Amino acid sequence: MTSTNTSFLKGQAHLTKRHRAETRFQMMGRFAIALSLAFLIFMVGSIFWQGKSALQTHQIALKLDLSAKNVDPADIRSARFDAIIKAALRETFPDATKRAEKRKLYGLVSTDAGFELRNQIEEDPSILGGTQIIWVSASDDVDIFSKGQIDRHVPESDRRLDDQQIGWIDNLAENGAIKSVFNTKFFTNGDSREPELAGILSALVGSALSLSVCFLLSFPIGILSAVYLEEFAPKNRWSDIIEININNLAAVPSIVFGLLGLSIFLSTFGLPRSSPLVGGMVLSLMTLPTIIIASRASLRAVPPSIREAALGMGASPVQATFHHVAPLALPGMFTGAIVGMARALGDTAPLLMIGMVAFIVDVPKSFLEPATALPVQIFLWADAPERAFLEKTSAAIIVLLLFLVLMNIAAIILRKKYELRF
Amino acid sequence: MTAKAQSNPTDFIINTGNRTKIGESILKLTMILCSLVAVGVTIGIVLSLVVEAIEFFKKIPITEFLFSTEWSPQTALRTDQVAAEGKFGVIPLFTGTLLISAIAMVVATPLGLASAIFLAEYASKRSRDVIKPMLEILAGIPTVVYGFFAALTVAPFIRWTGSSVGLEVASESALAAGLVMGIMIVPLISSLSDDVINAVPQAMRDASMGLGATQAETIRQVILPAAIPGIAGSLLLAASRAIGETMIVVMAAGLAANLTANPLDAVTTITAQIVALLTGDQEFDSAKTLSAFALGLLLFMATLLLNYFSLRIVKKYREQYD
Repeated sequence: MTSTNTSFLKGQAHLTKRHRAETRFQMMGRFAIALSLAFLIFMVGSIFWQGKSALQTHQIALKLDLSAKNVDPADIRSARFDAIIKAALRETFPDATKRAEKRKLYGLVSTDAGFELRNQIEEDPSILGGTQIIWVSASDDVDIFSKGQIDRHVPESDRRLDDQQIGWIDNLAENGAIKSVFNTKFFTNGDSREPELAGILSALVGSALSLSVCFLLSFPIGILSAVYLEEFAPKNRWSDIIEININNLAAVPSIVFGLLGLSIFLSTFGLPRSSPLVGGMVLSLMTLPTIIIASRASLRAVPPSIREAALGMGASPVQATFHHVAPLALPGMFTGAIVGMARALGDTAPLLMIGMVAFIVDVPKSFLEPATALPVQIFLWADAPERAFLEKTSAAIIVLLLFLVLMNIAAIILRKKYELRF
Repeated sequence: MTAKAQSNPTDFIINTGNRTKIGESILKLTMILCSLVAVGVTIGIVLSLVVEAIEFFKKIPITEFLFSTEWSPQTALRTDQVAAEGKFGVIPLFTGTLLISAIAMVVATPLGLASAIFLAEYASKRSRDVIKPMLEILAGIPTVVYGFFAALTVAPFIRWTGSSVGLEVASESALAAGLVMGIMIVPLISSLSDDVINAVPQAMRDASMGLGATQAETIRQVILPAAIPGIAGSLLLAASRAIGETMIVVMAAGLAANLTANPLDAVTTITAQIVALLTGDQEFDSAKTLSAFALGLLLFMATLLLNYFSLRIVKKYREQYD
């Protein structure tokens, strides 16, 4: 009696243990998912946190002498705008007397300030002829100091700004001569050595040009080969080889496509280095397998009855495919193409191989001009030593992620709206 | 009247028939050419890599490339300089690649498998529909973003943690790159393994549960053994992705070719070296530039082998239960 009782108790204990193991096992799964998602949220969150300040930039108000002595209203461009700004700075802060101090003082405003002043005068010549208060861009150091990213308690030698400069900035801030404005230059400028002038426009245009080449090449080729492989190809060794080949190609590291582009497109064909044309061609080779695989899946989802009905009405196999089957599969093909393009937009390594890593200030105007792409710009800025490029890099990543989100939303909407239900 | 009326429609049919036929042949030919593009790309990759690699092996013997343990591809300042060609031993790059990929797999395998098991066996359909796409976001984020995060957030954090417990950590440690890469390939493992686990027939689950096994016991002793080949395939695919990954290692792992197994040291990888060799000034015939293609060939062959086996394993396994 006692023995059965203890064995029952033992069984009970064993069962409790087994149930605990069950809970533990299930918790492991939850924990793994939570950890992965937490990493995702932390990474994207921290990049957003670092990047949002790049949307703001600071300007400094200067009392500029724009009388005829400095600027000739008849010939505005001949004026020395930098000198006017420097004079105004010297007047505001007369304590800068030595040459080194003056240089530090001039460093408060952006190197672009003279150019900005000229543009403002050309836009509104009526401000000429007297002393005017004009807002010009601050330098990157002043900008990030005003955003609180330079700690004034750090020893002077470890700081980008010394005590005297901080004194000047505090003085300006007390007098309301520093203001925060929306950073339009980030969206309208190309790359620059000066962080306060650097923008993503040339990289965005470069990406857009490359992606359009990529789409124009890979989409038609991709869907035609998908249609052939799915609808017409005889089931033999050759079509097997093509199929295995496409699956393997989809998993080849992207940098290898870059090597192909370098050796064949650049060295053999002599196409222009760094151009969006070559970039797009390399990206299209990478996108091709994705589009083919997605398009084939989408063709397979069209029920055979459609095909048979068309054939039964006397359509030729080509007519049945192109008039009836392919149109039904087209939304799925587009979805595949968008997903492929999203991958191509984010890919960096192959573009480095074909030299799209250049320092590009001007917005590329054709497919043959040197250009860079958004992810490559991120890579370049991530390497830049200036503290102010950190927020630019993060902001460029935000823009890149936004485009990816938009493309994926487009793909989801297409899929939901036109999903085949038979 | 009858003769004319009869001949017209027939003519019409025959004519269009011919036209359509010619058009259809052209279309078919175009389609065949398009499907051959993919084959052409593979041939192009192999040809361009092999041709340049052979040029390289004319300058540097293949045995030295494969078996020597020193990598320092300097270009000569003067042509008569001693050791003008630099050293091209691939072993430190190979071990560096393996070290980082191994760290990535150590991170990704438990996370990916546990996620896959949870998604396939425990999660309700609704939470699965939400969680799976969210995990797949991880695979959709461009690698340059991971690289930035690894270099600017993870690496300093590891360095700081290391120094607070008294460990010397390189500023570009293999650990930082490997950790971040591991997270990147989690969805690759979880999605594929999830499919494989789902493909295990329900009858096996029912039988095991009917014998009184708990769900965890069923998974561990019945489902996983049945799904092992497919899971192995997904792991191989993830490993091939880790070996070929470029941007994370370029940005976070650095270029120091150290022969070490210490994850806290700086190592370099094949992909990082290809980027370093081919960006910047280059003369096309130097051993330095050509060596990038030899590295590319090595990388291509390694990933091709992994992909080939993983696809075969997955395919073979799927046929068992279909």
